[in-house]
Formats: sequence, C-alpha cells, structure tokens
Amino acid sequence: MDILISMIPATLLVAAPIIVAALGGMICERSGIVNIALEGIMLVGAFAGATACYFLESHAVLGPYAGWISLVIGIIAGILFSLLLAVSTINFKADHTIAGTAINLLSVGLSVYMCQIIFGQQRSQSFMTGLNKMKDVPIFGDLFANIYPTIFIALILVVASYYVVFKTGFGLRLRSCGENPQASASMGINVYKTRYMGVLLSGGFAGLAGAMMVLTNGVQFTATSIHGVGFIAIAAVIFGKWNPFGILGAGIFFGLSSAIGIYASMIPVLNLLPPEFFACIPYVLTIVALVLFSNKTVGPKAAGQIYDVGQR
Amino acid sequence: MKKFLKLALISLMALSLVACSKEAPKETGTPETTPVAGECAVTVGLVTDIGGVDDKSFNQSAWEGVLQFQKDNNLADECVSYLQSAADADYVPNLSTFGDQGVDVVMAVGFLFEQAINEVAPNYPDTKFLFVDAVSPEANVMSAIYAAEQGSFLVGVAAGLKALETESNAVGFIGGMEGEIIGAFQAGFEQGVLAANPEATIYVDYVDSFADDSKAQNLAVKQYDAGVSVIYQSAGNAGNGVIKEAKQRGDVWVVGVDRDQYEDGMTAEGNSVILTSMIKRVDSATYKAAELAMNNEFVGGITTFDLTNEGIGAELTTGRNLSDEVIATVADYAAKIKAGEIVVTIDTLVANGQSNKTQQAK
Repeated sequence: MDILISMIPATLLVAAPIIVAALGGMICERSGIVNIALEGIMLVGAFAGATACYFLESHAVLGPYAGWISLVIGIIAGILFSLLLAVSTINFKADHTIAGTAINLLSVGLSVYMCQIIFGQQRSQSFMTGLNKMKDVPIFGDLFANIYPTIFIALILVVASYYVVFKTGFGLRLRSCGENPQASASMGINVYKTRYMGVLLSGGFAGLAGAMMVLTNGVQFTATSIHGVGFIAIAAVIFGKWNPFGILGAGIFFGLSSAIGIYASMIPVLNLLPPEFFACIPYVLTIVALVLFSNKTVGPKAAGQIYDVGQR
Repeated sequence: MKKFLKLALISLMALSLVACSKEAPKETGTPETTPVAGECAVTVGLVTDIGGVDDKSFNQSAWEGVLQFQKDNNLADECVSYLQSAADADYVPNLSTFGDQGVDVVMAVGFLFEQAINEVAPNYPDTKFLFVDAVSPEANVMSAIYAAEQGSFLVGVAAGLKALETESNAVGFIGGMEGEIIGAFQAGFEQGVLAANPEATIYVDYVDSFADDSKAQNLAVKQYDAGVSVIYQSAGNAGNGVIKEAKQRGDVWVVGVDRDQYEDGMTAEGNSVILTSMIKRVDSATYKAAELAMNNEFVGGITTFDLTNEGIGAELTTGRNLSDEVIATVADYAAKIKAGEIVVTIDTLVANGQSNKTQQAK
C-alpha cells in the first residue's frame, strides 16, 4: 500500500506535461494541422521558462512568484515559436510533417545558441527553486505534499479544452476545419484564421508543458530537457482518441507505466520482469491503439492534408 | 510608389552584396594565432567540440590546462592555439588544419571526435594527437581515459561518513546507463562507502537514460523515502532531477559528478545540497600531453588519468558542506590509493533496483 501511495506523485510528475502538450496537439489536429513540432516547441518553452526563472528569482518583489511567471513566459515563447509552423503550413502550404521536423531540429540549435549568448555555456545557469511541491499548502496537509501543482493546471486545461472544443461555436468551427475545410469555407468559416488559432493555441500549450517540465523536473535548461516527451504526447493524442478526457487517461497511464518501472523491484511478481519492459509499454500500446483504431474514423479527417481552396 | 520600393530594395540587395564581399575571412578554420614551428619548444593546437573554450565544462578545462602549461614553461602566445568547431562536420577539417601547420600536439576533447581522429591521425604520422575521454587505436594517438572508480571511491567515503550521522545509515547511487562505464562509478562508490562505513545500506538504481530527469527525480524520491541521506548521481543531464528533489527536501545531499556542481545545488536559503563532487580533470590530460611532447616522451596508446597524476579526484573545498575531519579522512584514503595500499576495482556489488541488504537476504 505504501508503494502504491508513493507511486502517485511519480505518476503525476511524468503525466502532467504529457497531458498538457497532448491537449495542444489535439487542438492543432482538430483544426487540421498535424503538429509534429510539439517536442521542439516544448524545448523552446523550457528554455524560456528556465531563463526567466533564473533572472526573476533574485528579483525582490517578483522572486517568490518566479516559477509561475516563468510558466507564462513559456506560453508566450511557445506561441511565438509555433508561428513558424503556422506560417509554413497554412500560408506556404508546406507538408506538415516536414515543417514540424524542421522546427524540431531548429529548436535544439536555437535554444542552445541562445544559452551560449546569454549564459556563456551550452545550458542555462541553474535556477534555485523553479516550482515547489505543495508541501506548504495548509488546507491539504500531507495529502499533496509530494505532488507538484502542475498536475492541477493539466486537469483544469483538460476540462477547459473539452468545453471549448466540444461545447462552443469556436470549437465547432475548429473541428469542421479539421474534418472538411472546403465545406467549412463554403459555410463562411475563415479556414486560415481558424487554423492559425489552432496552431497558436497548441504552441501555447506546448510552451507551457515545456516550462512545466524544466521547472518541476530539473534545475536548469539543457538540450535534453524534453527528452522525447513531445513525441510521447503525440502518441497520447492518438491513444486518447483526440478527446481531452481520453488524453488525460493516456497521460496518466503513460506516467503510471514509468512509475511502475521504478517501483517494480519492490513489488512481487512484477520484479521478475526486466525494467526495459515497463519502459516500452507506452510505445507498444500506442502501436496497438493505432492498429485497433485503423478501421474506425476517430481522428480528424483532414488532419495532415494541405488545404487547397479549389479542391472538391 | 511600388517602383520606387522595388528600386530601393534592389539597391539595398546590391549594397549588401558589396558589404558581404568586404567581410573578414571566415572565422572557423583560421586559428586565432598561427603557431610557428621551430621557435617554440612545443606547439599545441586544441580542437574543441561545439562548445567553446568558455563553456564552463570540458572544453574550458582542457584549454585552461594548455594555458597553464604555456605559463609554466614561458612559451610565447603563438605556441598554443585553439579551433572551435561550429558543427560535427568541422572536426576533420579543424584537426587537419593543425596537422597541415605542423603543430606538434593536436588535442581533441571529447568522445565525439572518435571518427574524426581515426580518420585524420593516419594522415599525419609525425603529428602527436591527444584524444581525451575515449580510446583510438591509431599509433600516434594518446588516448586519455579516466579512472572514475578512484574518484568515486573518495566521494563514497565522504557519503558514507555523512550517512553515519543519520539513523537509517543509507546511501544511494543513481546511474545513467547500466554498463562498464557507469559501472566503474558505481563500483568505486560502493567500495568507498563500505570502507568508511561497513554497516551502510547502499541502494542502486539506473535511469536507463542520460536525459530523463523526471525518472531520475522519481528514483531519488524512492531512495530518499527509503532513508537514504546522500545520493551519488552519475546520470548526466538526468542527474538534475536528483538535485531538484534534494532541494525540495532540504535535509538530504547529492554528490555531483564530472565537474564541481556546487552552484547547481544552490537553494533559496543560500546553501547547496551538493555534498561534494567527483571531478574529472581534463586540464591534467592536456597539460600532461603537452609536457610529454616537449620532453620527447610522448607515446601513443592509452594513458590512464587517476589519483597519482591528479587526473581525477573529489572536490574538497573547505567551508562548504564537508567538515574538516571528513576532508582529512578522504585525503587519507586518497594517499592510500596512490600508495597502492587500497586497490579500487570496477566490479559492482549491488544490482539495479536493489540494495546490498536485500541482495544478501535473497
């Protein structure tokens, strides 16, 4: 039982950024643009968050809130960086996968280069605190003492994005652009504008996820701060069937498989399995999910297709 | 109006072309100072990887070794120089540039150079090459490798003594990838802990990655919850997760790796969670190689940098987190290893995910 309780914080630490980034990826795909660049946008968000945190922490007034302000900076950086994806795929009609891959490659070079300029080394200086666990929140007592507040940001965003995507007019327009942009345009929807909103929103989500990761997981920005979580988030979008609550489940599940890998040696039966087994669960299950979903139309129909106004 | 704009744009482009052509020659590929053979007792050329000589890490340390050598031997400035690589593709041209110039010792810092050095070294059989932190089979290459187990032994002593202050008397090791390389860190640490504190419990976990700081942090949570008071992390960037968790707790310690990580462990309260660090002295390797070349004693093959030639060690600055007695004890053990009284092996004791106590129970 003790092991089970200690597995909860471990699960949530891994799950929170996956969920937030995957929500961004979902919104983007719902608008019809496939966002392979989640990883790169997260990296830039992480760089911006860590840099902001390092400089803000020593500030007399803003110091105590440095972690939270840095999250906002991460969002802004993510939105700005995702503009590249929006311009290349929406205006210039570039292939989504190629544009996304290029942005992923660019992000590493750009962030490390900025570190070299700002800090004179290839990583950021270490910030002191980043985000703290919720051990000082008196209402909850010890219940959440080992948990970072970022998981609650993720939960709020799950509910909010479900409401926006499925219950509002904007959400309807967003989804229609991902299903059949030509039909949407014939009904007077501005496909370009809607897709811009989708991509920039996902940029904000991914930037937030990146800043969350660096501020909760580590003490500084490095080129490996994101280490593939952006791609796991893409898997979570598919595994969660392009639905916010599905994504929540997928994120928690991926986090859990990582946590089980850590505590497996203390659990009977599971300790007979090699640790690599738990490391590969997310990937194996994503492939299984892809196979299972392959016959059904769960994803946005026009996602990944280049929008051609004249196509019928 | 449009015509005017076009004209303005075209003239701007033309101007920029002219401006470009007047630009100074390309920086990469041209050394800061060209060494002239003959006037110097020895000429040294250092090629960095994509980090510059001010990267506060390996490259900087390597260059500082060269500069120290220059100062100690009163060499002129033009005897030593460096080339910074802008990309992996620059390794071969940069090494070759120094080769063409007839530089006596060409130094390549970091295992990233493996392919490049094997390609370039045979082309310049009379040039001496130093390859830091990995091994090349070429005859004119001196491969500098580090006896990480010896430095790890020393930080193990410090960690073992620290654990004695707590009731649980436990220490932890969190490594990057299981295998021979990190295994040497683990083995040295285990032996150091048990030498200073035979009753200690040692927990060992591997991240299976040098990048995954979230998993490293969760492993640190597991070990600290089990009563561990000091964790030795040798997990590269992933080790940041261990430091973060120690900062959250405030009453536990981390041992840094490769470089002095004291600054990384600073908390808002103004103290550091870094107990000490195991340090690889890259500057020792570059200094030594230059010195050997100057005295015509340079030989190819593997040279191990360990405690005897100060290539490796523990960070023992006074006034930090180690008491003077602990520093003295660690220095004692260092002397014993140097004298050969203690032989540190690279055989690991505890399996991944286990501790030395659970293993004995099996």
